Amino acid sequence: MKALRNLLDNIKPHVQKGAKFEKFHSTFDALETLFFVPNTTNKNGVHVRDAVDLKRTMALVVKALIPALLFGIWNTGYQHYLAMGVDATFWMEVGHGALKVLPIVIISYGVGLGVEFMFAQMRGHEVQEGFLVSGMLIPLVLPVDIPLWMVAVATIFSVVIGKEVFGGTGMNIWNPALVARAFLFFAYPSKMSGDLVWISGMTKGEGVVDGFSGATSLGQAASGMAPSHSIMESFIGMIPGSIGETSTLAILIGAAILIYTGIGSWKIMLSVFAGGYAMGLIFNLWGANALMQVDALHHICLGGFAFGAVFMATDPVSATRTEKGKWIYGFLIGFLAIMVRVFNPAYPEGVMLAVLLMNTFAPLIDHYVVQGNIKRRLKRAKVAA
Amino acid sequence: MSEVIKIKKGLDIQLAGKADKVFGQAELPELFAVKPTDFHGVVPKMAIKVGDKVKAGTVLFFDKNRPEIKFVSPVSGELVAVNRGERRRILEVVVKSDGSDDKEQFDTANPADLSKEEIVEKLQAAGLWPFIRKRPYDVIANASETPKAFFISGFDSAPLAPDMDFILSGSEDALQAGINVVKQLCDNVHVGVQHDAASKIFNNLKGVQVHAFEGPHPAGNVGIQIHHTLPINKGEVVWVAQPQEIVAIGKLFTEGIYDANRTVVVAGSEVEKKAYYKTKVGASISTLVKNNVKTDDKLRYISGNVLTGSHIDEDGYLGVYHSQVTVIPEGDYYEFMGWATPGFGKFSMSRSFFSWMCKKKEYRLDANMHGGLRSFVVSGQYDQVLPMDILPEFLFRAILVEDIDKMEQLGIYELAEEDIALCEFVCTSKQPLQSVLRTGIDLMIKELS
Repeated sequence: MKALRNLLDNIKPHVQKGAKFEKFHSTFDALETLFFVPNTTNKNGVHVRDAVDLKRTMALVVKALIPALLFGIWNTGYQHYLAMGVDATFWMEVGHGALKVLPIVIISYGVGLGVEFMFAQMRGHEVQEGFLVSGMLIPLVLPVDIPLWMVAVATIFSVVIGKEVFGGTGMNIWNPALVARAFLFFAYPSKMSGDLVWISGMTKGEGVVDGFSGATSLGQAASGMAPSHSIMESFIGMIPGSIGETSTLAILIGAAILIYTGIGSWKIMLSVFAGGYAMGLIFNLWGANALMQVDALHHICLGGFAFGAVFMATDPVSATRTEKGKWIYGFLIGFLAIMVRVFNPAYPEGVMLAVLLMNTFAPLIDHYVVQGNIKRRLKRAKVAA
Repeated sequence: MSEVIKIKKGLDIQLAGKADKVFGQAELPELFAVKPTDFHGVVPKMAIKVGDKVKAGTVLFFDKNRPEIKFVSPVSGELVAVNRGERRRILEVVVKSDGSDDKEQFDTANPADLSKEEIVEKLQAAGLWPFIRKRPYDVIANASETPKAFFISGFDSAPLAPDMDFILSGSEDALQAGINVVKQLCDNVHVGVQHDAASKIFNNLKGVQVHAFEGPHPAGNVGIQIHHTLPINKGEVVWVAQPQEIVAIGKLFTEGIYDANRTVVVAGSEVEKKAYYKTKVGASISTLVKNNVKTDDKLRYISGNVLTGSHIDEDGYLGVYHSQVTVIPEGDYYEFMGWATPGFGKFSMSRSFFSWMCKKKEYRLDANMHGGLRSFVVSGQYDQVLPMDILPEFLFRAILVEDIDKMEQLGIYELAEEDIALCEFVCTSKQPLQSVLRTGIDLMIKELS
């Protein structure tokens, strides 16, 4: 630790403004602050500060994602051997899953952070921490059989178009991870939907047991069949789906961490679930097709609903920023997600589109909440007068 | 005192180093200074030259734009220095005390016999007018305006703040005399007190309305108290002053002197004898902290509290509105892997550190920023510590884009820096919100005058 500090102190003068390697200032700064919280002290204003900073906040969200990641690794292997009809041990399943999932995570982080550093370098500002979370979210919302080059392309697209063109972390309109997913979904639909992509090896047609279908429950329901997995299986997550989205249980563990630490908004999470459940009940009453007949509770355990509610909708930058707005924003996401799911003929998943749509409308919701506050203030003046 | 107003939002920072309710002994220092930077918007113009003799109450400088607002010497002695900063801006006007305590004599008077104009004139002549400030903007009051109320907060809820009841005991008559003066300026006088404190001195005051407040900091801030009792709308003005300043005003009328005496609390984790000390406005803190602080670490001396006070040297001067000196560690160290460690013993409003396991503990906080400046990311943090019907983040955004209309609509009239100091404290992105707000206020003053 001391040696590392000394090393950094030795390099530091060479990357300051005016020195030989000043171009690398932001890269150095990013590395330095990764290892050490800077020694800057408060000058004006408050003399003491809350110990939390953005790095720690983001690191905590990543920690909250770990249950979903670990479950996703295991489930990848489990589904793979299930499809092959092989009686595998737990460690074989984890081993296979790790070989499949970790490269996607590494590509996502490597490429994304590379682009971030480049932009920070060009603009001469500090590297902001937003991508620490996006870099983990992107792999978790992708199907496991996605080609690695597509992960790289989507990550570049998400960081550049989804974030940096707006000015970087804190300025983006849409959730960057969902921008990556939406990009892949519209650019390479065959790799993002269908019955084969969800289970590793199936696209290559590796020996699949007779009668095994890799279809997700939503896929089945969309084609008129009843889902073959029970609510319990969907809740625990032993079903095909994107890497991190299948286990509602693992996601709820993450939600507990986010809510307890006060970093994720419980208002948004709760209202997304409420909105989804309400729409599910309405469709149950209607009951015109198989998707409508899926039990409301089952609906919110399926697909990316829970993952979207806990990790996507709660991104504070792209969500509404007023407390009242959060209730409306969350409820509409849940409501629309199930609606899109049921009415979209092409693709039986609606969470991604619902979150992106509500990201777009979040400033509008905030606008009305702010106007409400302004009106209340004016009214007070008239009463007093 | 009929009902208790409950403040729910806010945060009490459990800072180590609370002072005992005892008086410490310290000599008065040799040097005193009045700092023009304590008064927002004042352009100082010197009235006397270096080397001139002064008495307590002799005018040192006045405001160039409002020459009737004068600033006087707290002690008798000699003007020894005018310290200037960038662009020759006057930072400190330093007086060396001769220890004789000679005072300028003013006429005593019964405020009831005087008109408002005569009282204003008297306060201005004796250098007491700067102690009457106004909301909006938190600047020295403008005598030509008619305030809708005069508000005094009878307690300070900031971290390690002094106990006003303790400070004022023995000054009951002078406080009432001051209130009588204030009543001639504005007949609608309000006092805020803490609901569970006896606050006899305030509850026994005649001619005032007393409001009781319950809740965490910033419940003791006068701006918060005004918001919950008589909120300021566009075009309205409320005048405010602090209790010790009201005492000084009282003494001008009863004894005919400029009374610079103040009781201050010296507190903070690095202070040996944490206690109350009797001193004067603008005193050098050297005699208060010398041989009275721990010397293991580099220290930060603050005139005022840790949220709003100003950073001074160990021989710096007490701010004119301050009744507190806080000493904390400077904290200019690098912390290894700070974002990943469990963080026992760290204070945070979020529960992202394991310190939530030991709730009651007192924390020895330092002046480290604990992170770098970032753009606004986390939402909803400010709302939790600002007990007002105001959306702080949107106000800050309006200020940053200099949108005057929005600033006005979103409530800038009701806020002073101290009210949003907690927002700055909890901000994950380490934004300098107090200076952002002051920028906005300065812009309002410039555009609307």
